[in-house]
Order: sequence, then structure tokens, then C-alpha cells
Amino acid sequence: MASRAQRMPAGLRIASSTFVILWFILAAFPFIWTVWGSFKVELDFFSINDWTNAITGERTEAVYGSTFTTTGYAGAWIQEEFWRNVLNTGIVCFFVVTISLTIGTLGGYALSRSSYNYTFWLLITALIFRAMPPITLVAGYLLPFFEWNLWGILPTTIIVLVAINQPFTLWMLHSFFKNIPNELDESAKVDGCNQFQAFRRVIIPVMWPGVITTGLFSFLLAYNDFAVGVMLLSESNRTMVPAIAAFLGTTQTEGNVMFAVAAVVSATVPLFILVMFFQRQIVSGLTAGAVKG
Amino acid sequence: MRHKTFFWFFLPTGLAMLLFIALPIVSVVIQSIYAPHPAVLVEVENCTPLVGCTTETTIDQDATAALRAEKPLGRFVGLDIYFDRGHLAIREVREIWANTASWGDMFDAFGNLPFYRAMAFTLTFVAIVTPLTIILGLVIALAINSLHRHLKGLMIFFSLLPMIVTPLIGSLILFWMIDSRGVIGTALVSMAGDPDFSLKASTGLMWVSLIVYGVWHAAPFAFVVFYAGLQTLPSDQIEAAQIDGATRWQQVKYVVVPHLMPLVTFVALIQLMDNFKVFEPIVGFNASAHAQSLSSFIYNDLGGETRQLSSASATSVITIIGVAILLSPVLVRTWRDFKGAR
Repeated sequence: MASRAQRMPAGLRIASSTFVILWFILAAFPFIWTVWGSFKVELDFFSINDWTNAITGERTEAVYGSTFTTTGYAGAWIQEEFWRNVLNTGIVCFFVVTISLTIGTLGGYALSRSSYNYTFWLLITALIFRAMPPITLVAGYLLPFFEWNLWGILPTTIIVLVAINQPFTLWMLHSFFKNIPNELDESAKVDGCNQFQAFRRVIIPVMWPGVITTGLFSFLLAYNDFAVGVMLLSESNRTMVPAIAAFLGTTQTEGNVMFAVAAVVSATVPLFILVMFFQRQIVSGLTAGAVKG
Repeated sequence: MRHKTFFWFFLPTGLAMLLFIALPIVSVVIQSIYAPHPAVLVEVENCTPLVGCTTETTIDQDATAALRAEKPLGRFVGLDIYFDRGHLAIREVREIWANTASWGDMFDAFGNLPFYRAMAFTLTFVAIVTPLTIILGLVIALAINSLHRHLKGLMIFFSLLPMIVTPLIGSLILFWMIDSRGVIGTALVSMAGDPDFSLKASTGLMWVSLIVYGVWHAAPFAFVVFYAGLQTLPSDQIEAAQIDGATRWQQVKYVVVPHLMPLVTFVALIQLMDNFKVFEPIVGFNASAHAQSLSSFIYNDLGGETRQLSSASATSVITIIGVAILLSPVLVRTWRDFKGAR
């Protein structure tokens, strides 16, 4: 790589490094700033007089005797019972990922091994479903769910999120299964397996990388969902993101904005950890669709 | 795979999509042609001596509730909701068309119609964020690709954060910074030299903030895809270009960009779909007074005390039709690919 001709001229190298640093600040600074500020009082984080207060925590020291305070977190987690919302998000994510992968794997495998015209139409329908904003469907759910008393509970939201997840899961797993050679299950069938046995004994052992990557994105969709949760869950069953939105609406008195800041930071931490451990899978997942065209 | 086997494999996922995506679309279409029942009114005559008689019109609560319980869908109104002032506003549009002299006036007049305002913002957002995302993503990919090996992993980690973070949370984090008491907001106030300067006060600046958020959120995706594409760039092509005396800019223009072109199409398609859905930043930025997207327009109808299902449904149907139009070129292309691949 380091041939002389390929080495960058000094000017370009400086410009490129400056740009990288600029992008680094743009990408990381908002998070660092908010994490730091979440341990301050509101008058520091939103300081009218002097913005350096948010770094030094002057007001925080005046009130609590230390430049750091966890009152925001205590307020959010204990007073506002944010832990309930965290628990709900955990339940929703777990079931959405499990159900969505189970039925998505079967469907994606079938789509990748079939070449009739209806395969194409199913994939295209899935593409249109994927492009529709989820909130357009919510108006359709409300009336039936009210009539049948299904509104407000977690299982309903889980099933709805699984369904909304399917188009993406199918496309992704379809392209992963396309990469597993057809000869593998054909030879199993020659040996006397039926299609399902071939899938179970030959395909399942080799499909995990693709399934884990797809599972990560299913998790993100369930975790990041706002439109479905805010409309279909009752107040006591809210997941994290709708709960944070509700914090904003109801708590405008002093100190309570910091509850929302603390909740926001709490909800970001799992995502940080996720990226840290699964960076490679996320990158490969984002590019999987692209490389296949 | 035989038809029967395919059917059983596809049944669970197909059923989920049929019940919770396809049927709701049907339900939305039906709801959009029904309107809520009007309240049942009764006239009561009050006679008091000396004053005389007055008739009062009051709402008959029992009868209204009974009617609503009997037919929860409401009454059939056909396409009326689509054409009313809150949506396509046919009558108003015709008046504007007939009465306004200049394009500017016409633009202002359309700006007063809520649906067209939401449509205008959504399309502006799509049209500006998509190309900016692609350009920024490409530049980041080129810059990070020239870094030292150890720095690359770290930079990819931090670059992924704006994309992976929950949209509502990401927009809140940015919003708190650009708040007039936040760090960027304060900086802007001192730069503008006006203590009352606020991003939240002006429609134009709010649109700019939302677009900045959109690019910030989406650029990492374009970056990752282009970065992966750069790894497969054949080095002999670059060498050949160097031997022919191509400058660095010419190498990028004639070798790198053509190599990445299929990926650009891919990113553009995904971005088109995702930007059309823009919703959470408007809630997070509390921007609904200045900017509405089609999604947040539906959200506003559905939220609050009175759930305006009919109005929300009509907007949903129009949005779904918009998605289909947006995707139609892709569908044609995928069909050709599919035919070719068999």
C-alpha cells in the first residue's frame, strides 16, 4: 500500500485529517456532551449565563456540594419509575427478535430456494411494505384493537412489531440464504431428506452468521420503535422511547427536564454496548444488501 | 422448491404480514371513506312567564352514544375526506389557481393548507437529505480509508453512533444542544449578536435544523456502505490510472466513483424510503408548528383526546400511494433483474 506514488501529498493529508477530526467531533461530541451534562442540574446543562457551567458544574456544586449529581437518574428511574419502561422494552425486544427470526428464517429460506413468479411478487410486496411509514398502519389497528380489547397490552405491540419487521428480515435473510449454495440441500435431498429435514440438518448449522446479523437489526427496530409503541401501549405498559417522549410533555418544571436527559442517556447505553460488541456484524449487515445489488 | 413445500415454509411470515400489514391497509382505506357521526341534536323549548319562549339546541348524549356504538365506523361519505380542507383541499386549490397572479402568491397560499405544507416539507427533506447524505458519506469513507489501520476501527465505531441511536433520542440530544440555552444555541446567539435569536422561532431555521439532523443521522449508513465498497476496489485499476498520469482527483472521479456507482444507487434507494418516513425528529425537535411531515401529520390526527381516525386514514392512504409512486422505477428494475437472473 505504501508505494511512493500512492502516498498523499502533505496538503491533502492535512485536509483529510482535519475532515476526519471534524466528523469525529460531529459524530461523538453530542453524546459525550449529553452524558457529561446528565450529571448536572438543569441550570448548568441549560446555562443562560455562561456555557462553561455545563462543563464545570458550578450550580451543581452550589446545590449538592459536588460537581456531579445523580439526581436526574434517581428522579427518572425511581420517581418516574423508568425501570418499568426498561423492563417493557426488554420484554418487547426479546420476543420480537425471537419470533421474527423464527418465522423470518423459514420464509427467507423458502424465498431463496424458489424461482417462480410469485416469489418475485412476494419480495416486491415486502419491499413496498418496508417503505411504508409504520404510522400509516396505526390508524388501521386502533379501531379493531379497541373493539376486541387488545389495545394497550404488550403482546399486541409485539405481534405488530414482528409483522412490521418481516419485510426487512425476509429481504436480508433471502440474500444470506442465496449465498448458501443450493447444492448443499440438493445433495441432502438426494440422500433421502425431505425439504424440511434438509433445512434442519444442513442449512441450520451454517446459517448462524446471517441470522445473528439479521437479529441485530430486528432488535434495533424493536428498540428504536416510537410510532407503534406510543399509539398502541397504555400508560402503564409504555416502552422506553414513548416514555421519554411522555416525560417531555408532562415535566416542564425545574429539574424534571434532567429526568428526561438521564433517561435518554440510560436508553443510549445499551446501544453503545451493542455497537462495541457487534460492530463487525452491523457493518456486514449494512453492506449485505448492497453487495448483492 | 415445490409449491406445497413453499406454502408451508412461507405460511407463518405470510400470515403475520397479511394480518398486520395487508389487512390494516384495507381497514385504513375503509375508514378513510367513513366520517364520524355528527352529534344528535334535539331542540328543547324553554318557556318562562314574562320572557316568552326560547328554543335551545342541545346535544342528545344518549342518542349520540347509541348511534356511535351501533355503527362504530361512522357514516359513509365517499371521497369527501380526501377533498376537504385538511387534505387535498380541491375547492381551495381551485380558488388559488383562479385568483392568484404570481407564483410567489400561489406558493404562500398553498402554504396555508396543512396537507400541502406537510407534503412540501417531506419532499424537500427527501430531495435535500438524500444527495447530501451520499456526498458526505463518500467523503467520510475516502477520508477514513486513508487513515492508519488502528484508527480505522475506532473511527468506524464512533461513526456508527449517530445512525444506531434511536431517532427520537438522537434528535433530542441535538435539540437540547441547539436550544437557546444549550451549548450550540448559545454560540449561535453570540454569533448572531441578538440575545433573542432562537432556532425555534423561525420556520426556515427549523427546516435547516431538521435537515442537518437528517444528514447527521443517515451519513454513517452511506459511509459504511461506501467504505465496504472501497475495500473491494481493485488496486490494479488505481495503479493503471496512476501510470497514465491521473491526478488524485481524476482517480476518484474516473475510477473510484464508477466502481461505487451500484452502491450509490443502493444507498439512494434506501435513503429515499427512509427519508420519506421522516417523523421522530419533528416530535423530538418539537417542530410541529413550523414543519410537518406526512407521518407527523398522521400522528397529530391520531394523538390527543379526539382520535381523528378518518382524517388520519385518508392521509395514510395518500402516503401509501406516494410510496408506491416513489418506488415504481425500482420495481421495474427489480423485475428486469429477476427475469435476467432466472
